[in-house]
Amino acid sequence: MVSLLDIIGPVMVGPSSSHTAGACRLGLLARCLVGGTPEKVRIELHGSFARTGEGHGTDKAIAAGLMGFRPDDERIRTALEIVESEGLQYRFEKTTLGEELHPNSVRLTVERGAHSHVMVGSSLGAGRVFITEIDGYPVEVHGNCHTIVLLAEDVKGSIARIAAILAEDDCNIATLRLTRKERGGDAFMVIEVDEQPGENVRDDIKKLAWVRWTHRLDKVSA
Amino acid sequence: MYSSLAAAIKDAEAQKKSLGVLALETESRDQARPVAEIRDALNRALAVMRRAVNDGMTGDLHSASGLVGGDAAKLRHGPPGPLSGTPFRDVLARALAVQEVNAAMGVIVAAPTAGGAGILPAVLTGLATARGIPDEQVITALATAGLIGAVVAERASLSGAEGGCQAETGAAAGMAAGAATEMLGGSPAQVGHAVALAQQATLGLICDPLGGLVELPCVFRNATGSAIALAAIEMALAGITFAIPADEVIDVMGEIGREMDVRYRETAGGGLAATPTGRRLARERMVQIKRSPG
Ligand code: SF4
Repeated sequence: MVSLLDIIGPVMVGPSSSHTAGACRLGLLARCLVGGTPEKVRIELHGSFARTGEGHGTDKAIAAGLMGFRPDDERIRTALEIVESEGLQYRFEKTTLGEELHPNSVRLTVERGAHSHVMVGSSLGAGRVFITEIDGYPVEVHGNCHTIVLLAEDVKGSIARIAAILAEDDCNIATLRLTRKERGGDAFMVIEVDEQPGENVRDDIKKLAWVRWTHRLDKVSA
Repeated sequence: MYSSLAAAIKDAEAQKKSLGVLALETESRDQARPVAEIRDALNRALAVMRRAVNDGMTGDLHSASGLVGGDAAKLRHGPPGPLSGTPFRDVLARALAVQEVNAAMGVIVAAPTAGGAGILPAVLTGLATARGIPDEQVITALATAGLIGAVVAERASLSGAEGGCQAETGAAAGMAAGAATEMLGGSPAQVGHAVALAQQATLGLICDPLGGLVELPCVFRNATGSAIALAAIEMALAGITFAIPADEVIDVMGEIGREMDVRYRETAGGGLAATPTGRRLARERMVQIKRSPG
């Protein structure tokens, strides 16, 4: 459903809703994978992000998002200087990630402490974003809902257990998607919820013996 | 939100409301949020729009490539033309101002997108200033604009990459024309004619930014798009009607967008971007962007 405030908005640093605001949101989502500002990031720009990214401040916007700045934060303009002064190691590369991928796409390899994750995401226009891959697993995350992603051993009753944890926290499930590479192999779950799940939800899910890792991705757009 | 302007006009007439008020009530219902909260958000958007207009008028902003900047100030302080001293010239200056702020990585409201973000603030704040219209009414007009934009999003597209510039600055012109017509006392039916009159004037407009950057012609299309909106407002308020309903004009815009060659959809593969000068400028400027410290 189109919202009035999607049309009159977002408030954002220019010049491009897809190359600047959307790019910043992709950085914000990748940041969630390591639970804070990553110390080291490899940023592989694809297609139009690689071609016109510099002129649109795509590099600055992604860096800003990784540091937790939102699309309307004027620090986007000086984000690369901030990266440097904070001693963060963000490396930009131009690459081709595959024919079928949306022209405004990026692969982000984020590291923080002992954690390291890889995310592929696209900016679809008008600031809308879409994550297509996390750690090699195909996912579909839009960033317009609070989302929980988790990698688990393929055990029976896993969905019921997770649903119960969410229900205890009063979180309503909007969508749930399960993918696995093979039968009995690891299963990847993407769960969109209506309310922001509390820290305890992630901790409770993490405690389950069969869950390898889980992440809470914030809602980054309306 | 509505996906047909005709349906919205019919409801507004039946309930004896403006389209802006109808839009606020519909949004409130759709999103389960109180009207006051939506008005607050629109008020914040209006403040950002005003700030961008003011910042852009100073004339010392330049884009990363240096392709655009400083032209709003020329309209403000430069030699007179036939429109000097009229709100018309002021609106053009405001449109350039917002887009110059956008190109210089300043803060704007994407309404509906960043590329077309100059038109709605220019037309609404320009005319509100000229006529001394209070903010409450400007906020309601922003809701009218949102309703029109939502109809375009549902029936066609609001993205240059999908539907050409007719979907960005064209849609913005339609939104501004309808919103200002209502703000200046036009009826819901007159809003419909204003939207149709503005949108028909931009049918077929391609998206052809030099080097793929939201700069040239984008900045100027916001000024000319505002001029189209002003013409549509003047005609609609004078009682002129456009025989093809706005919904159908918007449908045609969507159809043209779908047929449009990919060269004309933000890829810089055709149009002004592919002219000999366009190519040369893009090449030179890309080098400059790489050299600039940031
Ligand atoms: S030419 Fe393209 S990028 Fe520029 S304003 Fe029009 S639609 Fe947007």
